[in-house]
Amino acid sequence: MPEITLIEAIRQALDEELARDDRVLVIGEDVGKRGGVFRATQGLYEKYGALRVFDSPLAEASIVGVGVGAALYGLRPVCEIQFADFIYPAFNQLISEVARMCYRTNGEWTVPMVIRAPYGGGVGGGLYHSQSVEAFFTHVPGLKVVIPSNPYDAKGLLKSAVRDPNPVLFFEPKKGYRLIRGEVPPGDYTVPIGPAQVSREGHDLSLFAYGMMHHYALEAAVQAAAEGISVEVVDLRTLLPVDRETILASVRKTGKALIVHEDTLTGGYGAEIAAIIASEAFTDLDAPVRRLCGPDVPAVPFSPSMQEWFMLNPERILREIRSLAAY
Amino acid sequence: MEVTAEIKREMFWTMLLARRLDERAWMLHRQGKITFHVSGIGHEAAQVGAAFAIRRGYDWVVPYYRDLALMLALGYTPLDFFLGLMGRRGEPGSGARQMPNHWSMRSMNVVSLSSPVSTQTLHAVGIAMGIKMRKEDKVVLTTVGEGGTSQGEWYEAVNWAAIHRLPVVFNVQNNQYAISEPVSLQMAVNSVAEKARGLGLPGVSVDGMDAFACLTAFQKAVEDARAGHGPVLIETCVYRITPHSSDDDDRTYRSREEVEAHKKDDGLLRTRNTLEREGVLTPQAVDAMEERARQIIDEAAAQAEATPYPPGEEGAFPVYAEEVRHA
Amino acid sequence: MPVQVIMPQLGESVVEGTVMQWLKAEGSAVERFEPLLAVNTDKVDTEIPSPAAGTLLRILVPEGETVRAGTVLAWIGQPGEAIGEEKPALSPAREGTTSKEKRKLGFISPVVARLAREHQVDLREVRGTGEGGRITKKDVLSYIEERNRAAPATPTAPWETPADGDLFRPVELPVTAAESSPQPARGRLIRLDPLRKAIAENLAASMRNAPHVTTMMEADMTRATAHRAAHRELFARDGVRLTFTAYFVSAIVTALKAYPVVNSSWTEEGILVHSQINIGMAVSLGDQGLIVPVIKNADGLSLLGLARTINDLAERTRLRRLQPDEVHGGTFTLTNHGTSGSLFATPVINQPQCGILGVGAIKKRVVVIEDMIAVRPMVYLSLTFDHRVVDGFTADGFLAKVVEALESW
Repeated sequence: MPEITLIEAIRQALDEELARDDRVLVIGEDVGKRGGVFRATQGLYEKYGALRVFDSPLAEASIVGVGVGAALYGLRPVCEIQFADFIYPAFNQLISEVARMCYRTNGEWTVPMVIRAPYGGGVGGGLYHSQSVEAFFTHVPGLKVVIPSNPYDAKGLLKSAVRDPNPVLFFEPKKGYRLIRGEVPPGDYTVPIGPAQVSREGHDLSLFAYGMMHHYALEAAVQAAAEGISVEVVDLRTLLPVDRETILASVRKTGKALIVHEDTLTGGYGAEIAAIIASEAFTDLDAPVRRLCGPDVPAVPFSPSMQEWFMLNPERILREIRSLAAY
Repeated sequence: MEVTAEIKREMFWTMLLARRLDERAWMLHRQGKITFHVSGIGHEAAQVGAAFAIRRGYDWVVPYYRDLALMLALGYTPLDFFLGLMGRRGEPGSGARQMPNHWSMRSMNVVSLSSPVSTQTLHAVGIAMGIKMRKEDKVVLTTVGEGGTSQGEWYEAVNWAAIHRLPVVFNVQNNQYAISEPVSLQMAVNSVAEKARGLGLPGVSVDGMDAFACLTAFQKAVEDARAGHGPVLIETCVYRITPHSSDDDDRTYRSREEVEAHKKDDGLLRTRNTLEREGVLTPQAVDAMEERARQIIDEAAAQAEATPYPPGEEGAFPVYAEEVRHA
Repeated sequence: MPVQVIMPQLGESVVEGTVMQWLKAEGSAVERFEPLLAVNTDKVDTEIPSPAAGTLLRILVPEGETVRAGTVLAWIGQPGEAIGEEKPALSPAREGTTSKEKRKLGFISPVVARLAREHQVDLREVRGTGEGGRITKKDVLSYIEERNRAAPATPTAPWETPADGDLFRPVELPVTAAESSPQPARGRLIRLDPLRKAIAENLAASMRNAPHVTTMMEADMTRATAHRAAHRELFARDGVRLTFTAYFVSAIVTALKAYPVVNSSWTEEGILVHSQINIGMAVSLGDQGLIVPVIKNADGLSLLGLARTINDLAERTRLRRLQPDEVHGGTFTLTNHGTSGSLFATPVINQPQCGILGVGAIKKRVVVIEDMIAVRPMVYLSLTFDHRVVDGFTADGFLAKVVEALESW
C-alpha cells in the first residue's frame, strides 16, 4: 500500500467524493486555482471547474452561511476555513444555523455539510494561525466534531463526513499535514464517525488524545514501553458524539487516565473526558484523572522560544506518563 | 404578466386575512392566551406584491419574521399560525420548538429562519449557488428589515450574489424602525436602495403601501434574476403601525401623531380604495370577505386552543438527522 | 485446642458459599462428622460435617451470609476454651505465609477499595509499590492471584444432602424471575440464594442481549408413543427408563445436523458454529429453581444412550451431585414445560446458545389427516431463537425437521 501524507489523504478524499457525487462542492478562500494554501484542493479546480471548487470572497461567515443554503438546496458542500483561527466570524452561522437547523424544524430541513479547518500550533503561526478551537464546538449538540490523526483515518473520516446527513466540523492537525505519513489504500473506503480507536494496547495507564497530540502520544508510549511502562493509547477521532464505551473500557482495564490535548486546559475538551471517567468509572480508578494540556494563555505566542514553551511534545507527554505510572 | 381582477382580489384577500390574523394575535396576547407576538401590520401590501411576483412553490423563499402575509400567500394557514402562537402539537414549521413567526415550509421551498437577524440572507445566496450549479431558472426571494442591513452577514450575502450574478431578489422591508431605533441610527444613506450601488447590483426603492407598485417592481426583478442578469435589491418602504412586538411600548420612542398619520396611508386601506375605484371590489364584497376572515380566524383559533401541547419529552429530538421521526 | 470449621471449596470453579442453616446452636455438643450446617453454592448444596467432637463454641458467619471458600465459619472446642479468631478470616493455608504486621495503609484509590471488598482482601496484607508505598490496583490483583494459587487445590469431600424430590421433572424456564413488579409495602423478603441469583442474572442478560423470537409447530406423537410403548420394557432390562425426553433430544440432534447454524453462538466477531452437539436439558428443582445439565456429544448417542444419560443427569441434578463441568458447554437447550401441563410457552434462550426448544404436554387432539378426522397424541413445539443469528426461514426449517424426526419413528 502506498504511504502518503496527511494532506494528500485529505486531497484524495475530496477528489474521490467530488467524482463520486455531483452534489459535492468545495467552497473556500483560495481553494480554486491556488489549490488551497495548504494544497488540500490541488488540481481539483482544473478537474471539476470553478462552480464545484469555488473561490469564495474573503468572508468566513459567508463560506459557512452560503454552505448552509447550498445544503438546504440539496447539495453537499465542503466548506474550508483557511485557518481554524478564522472560524469565529462564522460562529453565528455554525451555532445559530448549522447546529440547530434539524432540531428547530423538527427534521424538515437538515444541513449535510462539512466544515474543514486546519488547526494547531508549532508551525510559527503566532496567535492567529495556531489555535485549537474544538472545545467551542464540542459543547454544541447538533454538530459532529471530528479530528483525524493519521492519513488513513483522515481520508476515511472525511469521506464519512461528506456522506453524513449532519453537519460535521473536520479539524485537521496542520503541523502533521506533511509530517505524518501512513499507508492509505487508493480508492474508496470509509472510517465511521463516532468510534474512538485503541491505537496501542497497554495495561498500566490509558492515554486519550486526538490529532497531532495523538501522534506525539504514540511516540511517547513507545519510549515508555522501553522503560517498562505499558501505555494504552486511545485515539478519540470523533469528539462529538463522544465514544464513552471505548473510553470507559480502557480506563476499567488500566485504572489510570491521562488526557492530552494541545488546546488550553480550562474548559477544554479533556474536562468532558475526565468528567465521564470520574462519574462512570470511579470505582475503577487507581489514580486521579490527569490532564496534560496547553497553558491557559490566550493563544500560541510567535517567538520560537515562547512557542516551544506553549507546545506539548513527546518528551512532556512521556514525563507525565512516568509520573502517573508511578502513582 | 397581466394582473387580472381575480388576482387583484386574491391579493386583497391575502392582505386582509393577514391583517385580521395579526390583530387577533394582539387580542389573544392581551387576553393572556399567548405569550408573544411579533407583528407585520403595515407590511402586507409589500409582502403580497412580492409573493405574487414569484412562481410560488417553484421559486425559493427565505423569509423573516414579519412575513405573515407573504406566508399566507404561499399556503401557510391560519391554523398553522395559531398553532405556532400557542406552541401546540402539530405546529408545522418546527413542531412547536420555535417561537411564533419562525416559519419553515419545505413543501413550498420556504426555508427555516432563526432569530439573529440576516443570517438567512446568506442561505438565500447558497440556494442560488445550487440553482446556478444545476443550471435551473429558479429565483430566490429573501426578506429582511432595514435594521438587518446593518449586519455584516447581510452585506456579505449581497456582495457574494452580486459577484457571481446569482438569481436572488433581496427585499428589505424598511418600516422605519428597528425596535426603537429609527433608520437614521441604522444608516447614513437616505434609502436602503442606495446601498446597492456600492455592492454592484441594481437597487430599487418602491412604495410599500402600494401593493401593485410592489408587484410590478418584484416582477421586473424576478424576471431579470431568472434571465441570469443577477440579483436585485428592492427596498419596500412600509411603516410598522404596531409596536415591534407584544412586549414593546412604542410610545417611548415615537409620537401617536406619527403613527396615526401613517394609519391613514395604510396599504390595506389604499388597496381597498383602489380596487373599489376600479370596480374590482364592491363594499358588499369587502364585507363578505371580512365575514369570511372572521369565521376562518374564529375556527382556527378555537381549533388551535383545543389542541394539546406536544409531550415535553419530544424536546429530546431530533438533534441529528438520524433522530428525525416522520409522522 | 479449639478447631476451626471452614467453608470448603465445593468444586473447581466455586469460590464462595452461602450459609443456609446452622443445624447446631452455639453451646451445643457435636459429634465428629455430625452434620453441623447446610451450605449452598451456585452448583451444589451440602451439609458440612463437624471436623471434631466437642462444643460449638462460636458461630462466626450467620445464616444467609455468603463468604469466600476458606473462611472460618465457627469454632469447635471444649466449653470455656479460648478461641483464636473473632472474625471471618482467610484460610489457614494462607495465614502461615502472611505477615500480620499492622501498618498504615495510606491513600486507598477507588478501584483498590472496590477490589478489596469484592475479593475480601485485608489490605494490611498487601505490599504497596506505588508512590510513597501506596497500594496500587496492580498490587491488589497480584495479591489475589497469589492467594488463589496458594488456596487448597483439593476440595473437602462433600457430604451430599440426601434427596427428597421427585423424578426428572423439567419445567418451563422461570421467565418471571426477571420481571420485577413493585413489592407490596410489607411483604416477606425471600433472600436470594446463589442459584436464584444465577438464574436471574442469566435470564435477564439473555433477554437484554439477544432479540428473542419464538416460532411454534405441532407434532403428531403417534409413532413415537408406539415406539416408546414397544421398547420401554426392553430398555428397562438395561436399567434405563425410556422417557419422551430421549425422543425430543434425538429429534433435536437430527435437526441440528440438518441445520448446523442453529447449533451456534453469537459473538462480536461472527457466528460461532459449534463442532459438538451438546444438548442442555432444563431440570426443575421445584420452587428451588432449575439447573440445566448438559448431554455432551449427544449426536454420538443412540436412543438407549440418550435415555441412559438423561436418567443419570436428571437423577444427579435432583441430588445436586453434578460436577461443575456438567452444567457447562451446552450448544442448544431443551425445556419440557409440558410436564406441568403447559401446552405452549416461549422459553428464554440459555446464553450463549442460539436456540431453545420448548415442549408442551402431549395431549390427544382431534386432527384432520388426509381429510379424515382422527384423534392423535399431539404436542406443541416452540422454538425460541436468537434472531441475530438466524432468520425465521432457517428457524422454521429447523423446527419442521424436529417435527419430521418425531413423526417418523
